[in-house]
Amino acid sequence: MTLSVQDLRVYYRTLRGEVKALDGVSFDVADGEILGLAGESGCGKTTLGKSLIRMDGRMKHVGGRVELDGENLPIGDTVKMNPFRFTEVSIIPQYSMSAMNPTRKIGRMVRELLDSRGVTVDLDELHRRLDLVELNRDVLGKYPLELSGGMKQRMVMVISTLLNPSLLIADEITSALDVSTQKAVVTTLKGFRELGFVKSMIFITHDISLTNQLADTIMVMYAGKLAEKAPADAIVNRSRHPYTQLLISSLPEVGVRYAEKKLTGIPGNPPSLLNPPVGCRFQDRCPLAFDKCREEPPAVEVEKDHFVACWKA
Amino acid sequence: MRQYFGRKLLIYGLTFFVAVTVNWMIPRFMPGDPVASMVARARISDPEAVAAMQQYYSNLFGFDQPILAQYFNFWGALFAGNFGISIWAYPLPVSEVIMDAVPYSLGLLIPSILLSWFVGNWAGALAARRKILDNTVLPVGYVLTAMPYMWIAILLCWGFGVVFQVLPVAGGYSFALQPDLSWEFVWSLFQHWLLPFVSLFLVALGGWAIGMRNMIIYELEADYSNYLAALGAPHRLIRRYAFRNAVLPQITGLALQLGVLVAGALVTEIVFSYPGLGSLILKAIQNQDFFLLQGTFLFIVLGVLIANFVIDVVYVIVDPRTRAGMAGATT
Ligand SMILES: Nc1ncnc2c1ncn2[C@@H]1O[C@H](COP(=O)(O)OP(=O)(O)O)[C@@H](O)[C@H]1O
Ligand code: SF4
Ligand SMILES: [Mg+2]
Repeated sequence: MTLSVQDLRVYYRTLRGEVKALDGVSFDVADGEILGLAGESGCGKTTLGKSLIRMDGRMKHVGGRVELDGENLPIGDTVKMNPFRFTEVSIIPQYSMSAMNPTRKIGRMVRELLDSRGVTVDLDELHRRLDLVELNRDVLGKYPLELSGGMKQRMVMVISTLLNPSLLIADEITSALDVSTQKAVVTTLKGFRELGFVKSMIFITHDISLTNQLADTIMVMYAGKLAEKAPADAIVNRSRHPYTQLLISSLPEVGVRYAEKKLTGIPGNPPSLLNPPVGCRFQDRCPLAFDKCREEPPAVEVEKDHFVACWKA
Repeated sequence: MRQYFGRKLLIYGLTFFVAVTVNWMIPRFMPGDPVASMVARARISDPEAVAAMQQYYSNLFGFDQPILAQYFNFWGALFAGNFGISIWAYPLPVSEVIMDAVPYSLGLLIPSILLSWFVGNWAGALAARRKILDNTVLPVGYVLTAMPYMWIAILLCWGFGVVFQVLPVAGGYSFALQPDLSWEFVWSLFQHWLLPFVSLFLVALGGWAIGMRNMIIYELEADYSNYLAALGAPHRLIRRYAFRNAVLPQITGLALQLGVLVAGALVTEIVFSYPGLGSLILKAIQNQDFFLLQGTFLFIVLGVLIANFVIDVVYVIVDPRTRAGMAGATT
């Protein structure tokens, strides 16, 4: 088992109180598995991704454990966590377009980064990987400014996976891309797993249809909690959670444009995570809600590998 | 690249042209007649002698020619390095009077600008690193930048010159000495230079420190810093990148601040009666010496433009983004 997350709680400290962005989430990711993490914007996907590699100053690890390859990940301790970063856990950030220092030539930046981690650059390997993502080798002599958006994205993908991490987190890396480029990115990520550049992956997106092209398993989050987790085809064809069902039914038919899709979104908004409602966090928007939903539904394995947190499932 | 500098040069050329023209216009369309005032100062009562003298000076300064001819002559003389004859220091040519004052002004300006820039950036970068330092550098910085040049100069003048009486407060060197290369003279030069230098240095310092602190904090929160941190890069590397990227806008800031700094230096010179261009301007105004005023202004404008151009060149050398942008976007 590559990754095991137990009852993870990560809050943001704000002036108005604690934002419970991740409030008791448990799941596993197996060796070689690609987990798609879906859910509306603001449900805690980025928070989960960042928790696994580097929390920002406002985040607080309130509870729960994370294990990677059988070893405890000290996610709450940024110093102790450092040896794991890049080598064991790596990330392709949401902001690939601006992830590289604008005033350093890319090759030099990569070398300085690797040097600082005590690793010497294997130029042949680097070149091989550039070929793989169809980047000309001379990008290493260029400044990020000289690359197009798609090229920067591929460059960051290569950098992030250079040390063959066990776990790769990819956060909304396709959101800013057009459909054909999205496909290419998905293919590349699959290739990375096939070639052993990464063992497992958490692919975060608010667009569940894209997840389906890549992921073995899909996990749907709602308001800082796990709503449903199951093999991709089970989520798409036999989802049990009302929220997942609404997400899927609000998907456009093939060929319908993204803008039109928004119109059929789920009515209402996710609750504030400063003071989330007691019980099921989806109750205000759920068409099936009933009395019992004022108690919190536990995540139950309704069939093998299919977890649902809903009283009606 | 060539296009970029071509455009820059064109802008500077135009600025210079406008500055020269305005400069030429001001004394000619201003009330007051320099020749008349000069003749009056000569206290001659014989009207014939007055007329002759008026004739002589008008000829000498070219006031008797048609206005357009005066304008072109002005340009011609300018390129010949001829700014006319000073009225205040008659019969010395303006260019000579200016050249006597320039070393004093440059000797104040260049060290105070460069040192305040380096020290300020260094202090700001340090402040961005340590909370305790930040709590001292920031307020001190704000107090310093908020202080008018005049005010801090007067304060230093009063403190060191009047209260403690440890440093001279007027002139470029002791009046008891003749300029030569003796230790005594150099020491006197240094003593007279110290207070105006320190006041210029201090006022500029605060601004650079605050600017640098804010830029570094901004850079440390930039995406590239976060990415490096997520990949476990040590603070050292991240700070090095942040520092380098934060210094770049400070170079542009230097170009933008140059005019303000020069103006500040002129005021400071006047407070300390320091024999540089600032004091020269004061003398020229007091004596209605339009040629000297023109010459000094032109010299300052030219100096600021040249310094700006130098900073532009430096910026292109140190910021790869400008170079890459100039080569045309390659995608
Ligand atoms: N820096 C922060 N301070 C306070 N609250 C935050 C901060 N970042 C995110 N949040 C809150 O945490 C919740 C989850 O955010 P996020 O993980 O970014 O969601 P997602 O990636 O799914 O869109 C949201 O309610 C958001 O408002
Ligand atoms: S627990 Fe109740 S409110 Fe929550 S999703 Fe299920 S039915 Fe709806
Ligand atoms: Mg997000």
